[in-house]
Amino acid sequence: METLAMHISNGIINGPVAAVFAAIALAAMAFAVLRGRQDLDDRLAPMAGLVAAFIFAVQMLNFPIFTAGVSGHLLGGALAALLVGPWVGALCVAVVLVVQALVFGDGGVAMLGLNITNMAVLGTAVAYLLIAALLRVLPRTPAGLAVTAFVSALVSVVVAAMGFVLQYQLGGTTDLGGNLAGLAGTMAVSHLLIGIGEGLITATTVVTVAKVRPDLVYALRALKPAAPAPVPAVGGVR
Amino acid sequence: MKKRSWGFLVGGLLVALLLAGVVSNFASSHPDGLDSSLREGCTFDAEDNITGGNCPAQQEKEHEIGGPLADYGIAGVDNDFLSTGLSGVLGVLLTFAVAGGAFWLVRRRGTPAAEAEAPERAPAGRAS
Repeated sequence: METLAMHISNGIINGPVAAVFAAIALAAMAFAVLRGRQDLDDRLAPMAGLVAAFIFAVQMLNFPIFTAGVSGHLLGGALAALLVGPWVGALCVAVVLVVQALVFGDGGVAMLGLNITNMAVLGTAVAYLLIAALLRVLPRTPAGLAVTAFVSALVSVVVAAMGFVLQYQLGGTTDLGGNLAGLAGTMAVSHLLIGIGEGLITATTVVTVAKVRPDLVYALRALKPAAPAPVPAVGGVR
Repeated sequence: MKKRSWGFLVGGLLVALLLAGVVSNFASSHPDGLDSSLREGCTFDAEDNITGGNCPAQQEKEHEIGGPLADYGIAGVDNDFLSTGLSGVLGVLLTFAVAGGAFWLVRRRGTPAAEAEAPERAPAGRAS
């Protein structure tokens, strides 16, 4: 029997804690709709639909990591934040998780709040904070964008994984004999490796989009370099 | 939306459909980082059933809905390649429809006067 469960399944976290995180996720998504509306115009709306569809597709592509017998897949928070911004990006990841839970039996419906909190809220928020910081200090080159994408994606995956560990501490259904450190350790190591894959996919995708249509990369539009044009115009000097 | 943006949209969708419809069949079937962490401490038989030990995955319960597309396959389609690929194609189209539709509904419509008029006037002004 081969089951393809990528997200938190029913029974892993107890009901009350899952309900609390459902409320947290719902509040965060409502806030994201309010803030995201300002970004969502006639052009961004279909693009955001595409970003969600693309994340759904790439999440299906489990890649092997160096640890034997373990795979990883894209979470997508950093990719979405780079392409459509943090608010709409969080909504994109959440829509993917909702479709997966309701239609593809992946991730319990009762666990949806936990999964959305980790991947859509935490993952996207951490990614965008790093993107905002890195894009201001790194050069506006494909390499600078690639490093920004790689680092923000990697860190966001590890933070999302730690979000789960926190949730497990609050409401995990198996008594691990106080040995939560073991779970935290395996989650951290495996997601550090998955983060490398996430970083490579995110960097490749964003650099490709930036090459074809730089105007469609939200982060490049919204985040101006810290020192606007400190170098005299290249063409003008000569 | 401009014509070039439609091209990008269609191109991007085609890439997503290709990834979910074809490339997905070459994905690793090993448990992912979360799943494998939850299985740590248990032993499994060849059928992937838990045979002993103590691990979080033991508490796993049935999904509430399941449904014909559960586990990224199509119920009743025996060919694995077709089952995975078609479920991926349906998932991409459904996600695009749900997300794109929802974003379109809540999008900012040029309510402030300046924004409502600016796009209409600018090209006309340039043309004359």
